[in-house]
Amino acid sequence: MVGMAKETEIHPTERKASAAERRWLEKTRVLPKRLSEFTTTSDVPINPLYTPADLAGFDYNQDLGNPGAYPFTRAIHATMYHEKVWTMRQFCGFGTPEETNHRLHYLLEQGQTGLSIAFDLPTLMGYDSDHPLAEGEVGKCGVAVSSLTDMEILLGGLPLDRISTSMTINSPAAILWAQYLVAAEKSGAEWKKLSGTIQNDILKEYIAQKEYIFPPAPSMRLVTDTLAFAARETPNWNPISISGYHIREAGSTAVQELAFTLRDGIEYAEWAMRAGLQVDDFAPRFSFFFNSHNDLFEEIAKFRAARKVWARVCRERLHAENPRSWRCRFHTQTAGCSLAAQQPYNNVVRTTIQALAAALGGTQSLHTNSLDEAWGLPTEAAATLALRTQQVLAHESGLTETVDPLAGSYLVEKLTLDTERACYEYFDQIDALGGMVAAIEKGFPQREIHEAAYAYQKAVEQKKKIIVGVNEFVAEEERPIEILAIDERAAAWQRRKLQDLRERRDARRVQAALEALRSAAASDQNLMPCILNAVRAYATLGEMCDVLRKVFGTYEEPNY
Amino acid sequence: MTRWKNDSRILPLRVLVAKPGLDGHDRGAKIVARALRDAGMEVIYTGLRQTPEQIVRAALDEDVAAIGISILSGAHNTILPRICQLMREHQMDDVLVVVGGIIPDDDIPALKQAGVSEVFQPGASTETIVDFIRTHARR
Repeated sequence: MVGMAKETEIHPTERKASAAERRWLEKTRVLPKRLSEFTTTSDVPINPLYTPADLAGFDYNQDLGNPGAYPFTRAIHATMYHEKVWTMRQFCGFGTPEETNHRLHYLLEQGQTGLSIAFDLPTLMGYDSDHPLAEGEVGKCGVAVSSLTDMEILLGGLPLDRISTSMTINSPAAILWAQYLVAAEKSGAEWKKLSGTIQNDILKEYIAQKEYIFPPAPSMRLVTDTLAFAARETPNWNPISISGYHIREAGSTAVQELAFTLRDGIEYAEWAMRAGLQVDDFAPRFSFFFNSHNDLFEEIAKFRAARKVWARVCRERLHAENPRSWRCRFHTQTAGCSLAAQQPYNNVVRTTIQALAAALGGTQSLHTNSLDEAWGLPTEAAATLALRTQQVLAHESGLTETVDPLAGSYLVEKLTLDTERACYEYFDQIDALGGMVAAIEKGFPQREIHEAAYAYQKAVEQKKKIIVGVNEFVAEEERPIEILAIDERAAAWQRRKLQDLRERRDARRVQAALEALRSAAASDQNLMPCILNAVRAYATLGEMCDVLRKVFGTYEEPNY
Repeated sequence: MTRWKNDSRILPLRVLVAKPGLDGHDRGAKIVARALRDAGMEVIYTGLRQTPEQIVRAALDEDVAAIGISILSGAHNTILPRICQLMREHQMDDVLVVVGGIIPDDDIPALKQAGVSEVFQPGASTETIVDFIRTHARR
């Protein structure tokens, strides 16, 4: 991309140590070292000292700007948590819609300020709970939702016009979103007042999480359709949450997480613009989702660099003119992959550090993992402690009183600049491959992540990285913890409800709605109206996905 | 099965790394596959979302000495006994079955009863897995 490659030369000025710094280097050269090389969690070398020499050419206005002003390195809002503490949004979903509804109400009673719904694998893959491939999987990794009836039960009694709801759903996101919109409408909440997010990020599925159904082109069309529909109908809804979380969970470095996520953002914008949408109509509703791992400063630098890079890319590459388009708003989840099965109470400490990084990095919302999640979905007690962790940070630690409190730290600013530079280097490589969809088809981001994951595993096994309780400070005997078990009763209950629904609904209306969806899918019209119509007729998720599978085909990962 | 094929001094161990169920989290499966290769074994990776039938068929076709199954979705109590049952139906008693993933202690006795030789829980090292397969593969 013309004009962007130069960004890799940010502050090329040669580093010139001061006399004082040279004295320090001279004096410390002979001191013993605990390790031969010090590196971050992502294996980036890190120095024992950072000084003004590391920030040669650093410019407050150009590199940071005031909070709430371009390039938003410091924050997207002028006063940040003075105005409002981040939204506490615990990812929640297990078993039946009835059980999850109960947990959602419980979390709100405990002071949670937003909702976040986890769906089970059959739902993520577009199968109803009674599909043969759903056997053994119903309600295990999240809540099972096959129909509008399930969605209405899931959301029962929740104040949908007053609370924001995030739904982690990707390949069939348009369908679950339509179920949410119809359920909200039936409960009397106007679409214009609804706020929330669907993840709807298919690119990171091909890259990392691998819950895809359709090939890339029709998947990107579904994303574009939801972006266009949201721009018209739901002004406060985020129709996409462009996610690095899963990329990191798959084993990427912090830089890979950031670079691939922001490059995915560019890809969605470019596909939407090619379909005729205006960037400033959809970019203000883009939201992002990052991981927060153990290395405090590496993570904080990543969050700050995310805002800076996105602002510049959006303005200079995508030519967005609305400042709201330039703001990288993001949700953070602490790193599930950092949780240890051994000595699980240690996970509370890890999660606290990671949550601290997210807050110091200026997140808009946060999920803190529960201590038992290396073993299963969280129990109520573990989920409560995770929420309390955020509440203590927000209300007792003092970190919410000042915007971007680490700005000006030689270390944090240098790491932010380095992260930014490395991010643009990846953009150049992906652009050279023909964009993100092309890079995915060539296996580029997948290979990069696998290399990093393997290197990390080796480093842990060789004790180059110490994981407390896993490869050092190991306990002879472990005290067992309570684990939430989901038994097959959830599946039986879901199957019974589906059978009832299929008998009770107007079969002809369902068939007509599915036929309309089929012909719309084969044309290039926006699919949302047809999906909404099918949802209203109580067509199920699996039935709609079957129609789309027939028209679009399915995707298998190539060997790379 | 020719005699020379069984001689581990001549041919490396062949292992099928399999990913059953709807779960797409393949970080562990791919790391283990690579560690087994680095240890000199021949590894065939099934790719994602394989049914028990497909996995057993691949193990037969590829004539493997061991199957390593990665499952993180919580569906192990349904899927693993079925794989073991199908293996018995195909007289594959000499093929080792090991499993890695998010599998609670309480579920392990029943899985071993069903025919799984070893369960590697979160935090297991690739070295432990390599050693186990090398020591226990019966062909």
